Amino acid sequence: MIDISASVMQFLLAFVVLGPLVGAAAALLPAPPGLRGGSPDQAVLRHGVTVTGTILLAAVVLAIGFDHDHPSKMQAATDISWIPALDVRIHLGVDGISLPLLVLTALLTFLCALYSYFNMPAGPSPKAFVALLLVLESGTLATFAVLDLLLFFLAFEMVLIPMYFLIARWGGEARQPAAWKFILYTLLGSVVMLLGLLLIGLKAGTFDMVALATDNGRGLTTSVQVIAVLAIGLGLAVKTPMWPLHTWLPDAHTAAPTVGSVLLAGVLLKMGTYGFVRIVLPVAPDGMKTFAPYLAAFAVVGIIYGSLACLALARSGAGGDLKRLIAYSSVGHMGFVLLGIATMTPTGVNGALFANIAHGLITGLLFFLVGAVKDRYGTADLDTLAGATGAALYGRAPRLGGLLAFAAVASLGLPGLAGFWGEMLALFGAFDPADGLSRPAFLTFMAIGAFGTLLTAAYLLVVVRRVCMGARPQEAQDEQRAEPLADVRAYEFAAWTPLVALTVIAGLWPAVLLGLTDPAVQQLLAGGKS
Amino acid sequence: MTVAAESVTSLVQSVDWAAIAPPTIAAIVALIVLVADLFIDARRKPLLGAAAITGLVASIVALVPLRKGDRSTFCLTDNAEACSYTADHFTLVIQFLVLGGALLTALLSLTDTREKLPAGEFWFLLLSSAAGAALLPASRDLATLVVALEVASLPAFALVGLRRGDRLSSEAALKFFLSSVTATAVTLLGVSFVYATTGTLHLTQVAAGLEDVPGQLDTLAKAGVALTLVGFAFKTAAVPFHFWVPDTYVGAPLPIAGYLSVVGKAVGFTGLILVSVVAFPGYADIWGPALAVLAALTMTAGNVAALRQSANRAWSAVRLLAWSSVAQAGYLLVPIAAAAYSSDDQIGATVAYALMYAVVNLGAFAVAAVVGRTRPLNRISDYRGLYATRPLTALAMGFFLLCLAGLPPGIVGLFAKVTVFSAAVDAGLGWLAVVMGVNVVIALYYYLQWTAILFRAPHEVEAGEPARKRTPASVTAAVVLTAVAGVVLSGYPQLVLRFAANSLF
Repeated sequence: MIDISASVMQFLLAFVVLGPLVGAAAALLPAPPGLRGGSPDQAVLRHGVTVTGTILLAAVVLAIGFDHDHPSKMQAATDISWIPALDVRIHLGVDGISLPLLVLTALLTFLCALYSYFNMPAGPSPKAFVALLLVLESGTLATFAVLDLLLFFLAFEMVLIPMYFLIARWGGEARQPAAWKFILYTLLGSVVMLLGLLLIGLKAGTFDMVALATDNGRGLTTSVQVIAVLAIGLGLAVKTPMWPLHTWLPDAHTAAPTVGSVLLAGVLLKMGTYGFVRIVLPVAPDGMKTFAPYLAAFAVVGIIYGSLACLALARSGAGGDLKRLIAYSSVGHMGFVLLGIATMTPTGVNGALFANIAHGLITGLLFFLVGAVKDRYGTADLDTLAGATGAALYGRAPRLGGLLAFAAVASLGLPGLAGFWGEMLALFGAFDPADGLSRPAFLTFMAIGAFGTLLTAAYLLVVVRRVCMGARPQEAQDEQRAEPLADVRAYEFAAWTPLVALTVIAGLWPAVLLGLTDPAVQQLLAGGKS
Repeated sequence: MTVAAESVTSLVQSVDWAAIAPPTIAAIVALIVLVADLFIDARRKPLLGAAAITGLVASIVALVPLRKGDRSTFCLTDNAEACSYTADHFTLVIQFLVLGGALLTALLSLTDTREKLPAGEFWFLLLSSAAGAALLPASRDLATLVVALEVASLPAFALVGLRRGDRLSSEAALKFFLSSVTATAVTLLGVSFVYATTGTLHLTQVAAGLEDVPGQLDTLAKAGVALTLVGFAFKTAAVPFHFWVPDTYVGAPLPIAGYLSVVGKAVGFTGLILVSVVAFPGYADIWGPALAVLAALTMTAGNVAALRQSANRAWSAVRLLAWSSVAQAGYLLVPIAAAAYSSDDQIGATVAYALMYAVVNLGAFAVAAVVGRTRPLNRISDYRGLYATRPLTALAMGFFLLCLAGLPPGIVGLFAKVTVFSAAVDAGLGWLAVVMGVNVVIALYYYLQWTAILFRAPHEVEAGEPARKRTPASVTAAVVLTAVAGVVLSGYPQLVLRFAANSLF
């Protein structure tokens, strides 16, 4: 939009990736005089807000300086040799695919830091919390910004340790086993992914994603591509997560603190789908063609499975945990993203990328809201919350109830909100998959996926009814339930408004995002020939 | 007369003193320390430690003039190609590794020699062992190789048993001695078979001789190759020769356990690389698969055993490090096995990995020495809350453990593993890469568990809590040295990984 010189853009991108790391190191040091604040804890939490805020600002400036006329071009690119022995280069750059994810990550982390400043999760000192949050941010941003296969792997691994500690230290019940499950599953997946990446890099003679994408798999035999896609796909599928490799996700979400859940659902899951689009699709198209129908099949099973699991949890008497329910709904939503990718068409992949962002915004918001409900009621257990008639959030905290209902209908894909376009495009892509893929199979997948949207609507509406509606407090017999409940507080309002606003904007004006992703996707699928 | 004189000169090999300086300096200082110990009074004993450290530093400095890596000496007078001592890049890197490892061990032992261990003997044995370990990578004939191996091992037995009056220590030494001597005997038998078939001891000539073995000697040659390799596999503590490791490490003084885990292992690997890649390349179809299977078994056995260590058992920290070192030996074997399958030089990956491992493993042992001063039982549960009492030490320990696990922030550990993986993938050993991948995940469990314990809130102060002792400066120096080296390598892994990219021989 505005012209920023290339070297400033380069600096901005490098700053966005490395800034949080410097911030993390600084968080461990004692605060300098003048920045001590009320207490050491407050000072370090404020430090977290400052750093993530600065990074968000830099990311926004980067987005403004991005040349929106050529979104398929790698911009703000840096390319320095780091480890010549392994041919690892510090190659950074953004295009229309990675830019929205970068901004989303910076935004969500900032909102999380802001939220924690006022509502620090119970656990050990905030110093480590802030440092881990910043390392996590750096790793996620690096995943979206690097253009070297081995660096991608490094960034992919970088988020594991911070997320492990966030869950294991600041989480709720059963946090230790959940944290272990999270890290062991993901690590096993990513080690397998490393083998696939190495296979590609060694056979093609380069680890550079741009060069590999331009080759479009021409330098790799089909058998190499098949093995590589299998290995890389497994690693990414664990992260995404694809049914049946999703079992770590509900536990991790249930145990994680609010902020951890928001980041896990909002950005960490996107690392998996981003890898599919950035690496698997352009680098090994032949291998992807072999597995696309299976990927699509697993994706729609995930959609149905996720929805059914949610319906079961939402039933009265099932003892379902709200956070667990939203985690399962993530499995369903990510199923749509995978379905879109599996079609290998521009429509489907654009839909997948759109659904990615939409899921980040909406599920991020949902986890924030559920966290707030849990804070107020002391539990996220749906049966305890709802009692006989419902939790009556509309009556007791009308703004909170309204927001929850808003997030729920956005999540079920109401037209006019962000959730709609991605799923619609993904299904539309499945209607007419790429050449060489079986159309009848994909039509079946489309039909099943469409049925999944109905199930999604069903369970979300059940949740809204049970949490938001119900007998008004005055009418309730139960004394404890009649106590007044704090409505949305100022800081909560500040943390949630951006998400609400973006959900509406992306729903009403999808061209903002699609205009960015579409040229880049066209180029990736065409093998560098724009 | 002149004819006789000429024939005499032609038999005498020329000696390049600069080339052999690194092991020689260590050996000479060892003798000086031994003799000086007899003549100086008890008050002055700390001087011996200072002398030993100076000697090791001098040995390391003596590597600098050789850095071009083109010196050879003790060559046959009728064939300048066959030399017994070669200071090529491979030699220099390994010599740097073992001498550096010995130096860190010396730093860790300085206070122990003042309090518990007999100073003169200790320094003599350590330096002799280091001299042997430094000679080994340079040896290019089987006789020198075996002699160097023994010079490195024999003092190590004594070092393990040096805690006088400690039953555990003597038992560990005996275990180590008996199993090691058996292995050496087997090696010697193998060497004699190889000599019988090829008629030479020089590695390059052995390689050439094994190309065309007469038919009736073929079995003998194969048996010789196999037996020689078995001996070296023992030194690397590969399965099934790994049972001595945990008891020996627990029984030995802590710094010596660190020394064995790094230098002892480096010795085994260098020997294995020299005999397999340099001397027996013609039999790659035999030792390649054998080493690959050995690697897979070793890493799995080590990791599974490490997984089963209970945190509350006495010396569980040292036991865990011992088992983890067995597992790491498995990773180190992978590139050697890969070298059998691929024309590319894969050995560099082992060397790069060994350098990384040496730094972080000695670092972990250094921290264990710090903790062991206040809590002599050295249980893993004793590390709980270390961050609260010694934040920097805890951060260093966490970093070392994550390097061993190969996860960021231990970037150098991650990329060292990547080079090993890439050697396996490049050689087409996909199954071995997958086994290693699973092992990396298993290993993460116990490394991360230990790391997590460091940062847990400490227990309520128990009655009889030992007072915090000041850490001696030399131990602190060892922790700082390894931590700084690890951090620098993480920022610029090329420093060690470049060995993986170039041919070392």
